[in-house]
Amino acid sequence: MANYFWMIPFFPALSVVLFLLFGRLMSKKYVSFQACFSVLLSFVFSLFAFIHLLSLPSSSLPLVKKLFTWILSGNFQANFSLQLDPLSSVMTLVVTGVGFLIHVYSVGYMAEDRSYTRYFTQLNLFTFAMLILVMASNIVLMFVGWEGVGLCSYLLIGFWFEKHSAANAGKKAFIVNRIGDAAFLLGIFLIFSHLGSGEFTVINQALSQHQLALPLATLIAILLFVGATGKSAQIPLYVWLPDAMEGPTPVSALIHAATMVTAGVYMVARLNHLYSFTPSAAQIVAIVGAITAVFAGTIALTQNDIKRVLAYSTISQIGYMFMGCGVGAYAAGMFHLVTHAFFKSLLFLAAGSVMHALSGELNMQKMGGLKKYLPQTYPTFLIGAIAISGIPFFSGFFSKDAILTSAYAQGNYLVWTLGIFGAVLTAFYMFRLIFLTFHGPERMDEEVKKHIHESPPVMTIPLVILAILSIVGGYIGLPAVVGKEANWFFKFLTPVISHHEEVHLSLSTEWLLILASTVVALTGIFIAYVLYLKKPSLPHQMVARFPRAYRLLVNKYYVDEAYNYIFVQPTIKGSELVYQHFDLKVIDGAVNGTATSAGFLGKIISYLHTGLIKDYALAILLGAIILLGYLLL
Amino acid sequence: MIPINLIFIFGLVLFSIGLIAFFVKRDLITMFMAVELMLNAANLIFIGFAQAFASLEGQIIVFFVITVAAAEAAIGLAIVMLIFRQKKTVKTEDLNLMKG
Repeated sequence: MANYFWMIPFFPALSVVLFLLFGRLMSKKYVSFQACFSVLLSFVFSLFAFIHLLSLPSSSLPLVKKLFTWILSGNFQANFSLQLDPLSSVMTLVVTGVGFLIHVYSVGYMAEDRSYTRYFTQLNLFTFAMLILVMASNIVLMFVGWEGVGLCSYLLIGFWFEKHSAANAGKKAFIVNRIGDAAFLLGIFLIFSHLGSGEFTVINQALSQHQLALPLATLIAILLFVGATGKSAQIPLYVWLPDAMEGPTPVSALIHAATMVTAGVYMVARLNHLYSFTPSAAQIVAIVGAITAVFAGTIALTQNDIKRVLAYSTISQIGYMFMGCGVGAYAAGMFHLVTHAFFKSLLFLAAGSVMHALSGELNMQKMGGLKKYLPQTYPTFLIGAIAISGIPFFSGFFSKDAILTSAYAQGNYLVWTLGIFGAVLTAFYMFRLIFLTFHGPERMDEEVKKHIHESPPVMTIPLVILAILSIVGGYIGLPAVVGKEANWFFKFLTPVISHHEEVHLSLSTEWLLILASTVVALTGIFIAYVLYLKKPSLPHQMVARFPRAYRLLVNKYYVDEAYNYIFVQPTIKGSELVYQHFDLKVIDGAVNGTATSAGFLGKIISYLHTGLIKDYALAILLGAIILLGYLLL
Repeated sequence: MIPINLIFIFGLVLFSIGLIAFFVKRDLITMFMAVELMLNAANLIFIGFAQAFASLEGQIIVFFVITVAAAEAAIGLAIVMLIFRQKKTVKTEDLNLMKG
């Protein structure tokens, strides 16, 4: 059965085809069943593939299944081939596993929606595209999945397209992603023009044989990373992700937290040989990740929209993943990707449950005291928040610690400091969210309060499963202090991660680092506790005290405004100018010009037509004479 | 037996009269007559050469020409009639609708 691993992406694809052909005839019940079941099948196949993989010697990796030759032109060949190795196996498990839970949750969340079938069609299509992305054995096919998930992201952000803001958010996501994708494509072209193949095995081989010059490899790595900043919402292309929260909450959980936005991290990990080969590009990855982690964390401090806090938190956490990849700890980055997929989708789904209970309310200032109304959502949300904050024995702690320890071990103290600072922010904004939402006085409108209800089991059961995963997910990658071979996850990924000389820290340093990250997490929680539960007047005093800093944060550093001023407006104005002067004058001028000149020529020639029979007859006579003369002479 | 020269010269004279009449006259009816004259001049020359060379082709062509001339006269006169009904004139200088 494991040899059928290539079938993993095609169950959701088949489901999409069936929805498109017969969707109108299907009952809601059947739609839910088919959508969830197709992803479940993929998950089962991924599981079998994973088990098969465990028993394989690393020399036989990766397993590649070529389905057909996709493009063949000259010496350029791209195959439609899927591969299985530890990295893609981890990703397929996350995508189908978390994806399945979110599909199930959606059954409850979207139950009242008019476009129920459309929603599940797009969600299945997304799963298919994401699986193609993570299983592609060459970068061209990967790009197909890359664009496919981008398309589904666009469709699902704008799912409620009759809402103006949702349609605009979809457009923004699409356009910002295209900017990154342009760079990504250039990177692919460079790889192709110099290696003649996009197969990952070929790329890795070429790098190990130094077939690529270092400046060129660096350029490729940076271009690909720019693509990743678009897809994974890093500085400077992160602006679309907060707006993407206009989509349905399960979509935010699946696409904009657990899977699609981590595609950039996966890409860097997949091409880890390239990034290990180019230290300066890797340094850029690490720095951008670290800065994003702190930058987005500070914005999350002041946001009042529950989903936007989570969105900025996602940006920040992906920053951590890039931080890990940038310092060479690809396995740690992937580890954080996995645990993040668990706890962040948990947080989003729990936030969705809160919104569900409050008739769609998003503003945290209008929540509070929900603890007693939502007995199932509250503990799961709390577990998610603890996990992301990095409290020991929860998954986020292990993965974040792995990243920070690697950064420290590599001597990248700047990145490490930023990471530690980000950890305080993470703990603070998560518990600010918890305290504002579930504790304290009830600030809901009376009307809303009457309708508060816990979500149905179809929504809470996925929450519970994800909460369990958020706790135990970390134990696949225990830190070195537990034992040398304790980190099963790192060992599992070893065949696909390039080997570099690992700096081993002494046990006492490791303990100190763990202590440090624990202390900062607890500090963050404590500050949130003081500010939002103990002395709720303090935040207002602080706002009054530092109005400028507060305004800067509330307005998200004015980045959207700056982009609007620097890029959007000039583009619109430039387009207007080009339209006025080039389109109207040159292009339309050329088109109209051909018509006018033809008319003008016709006008001149038409003077020969006098309309008098005599003249025509004369012309015939002259013609006859000339012809005769020509024949005779 | 009339010599071929005479027939040829006679045909040429007849054709020239027709041609000149066509260009000189202004009303369509007369111009039509001029055209008929030219056609028949051609016929005459065909007949003359057919006789001179003792071949049938010339005579056959004459039959064709007569047929065509008859059809042309029928349609042409009908057109002239219609033009007259519409325009109350058959003078060519008044008929310049096709002027560019």
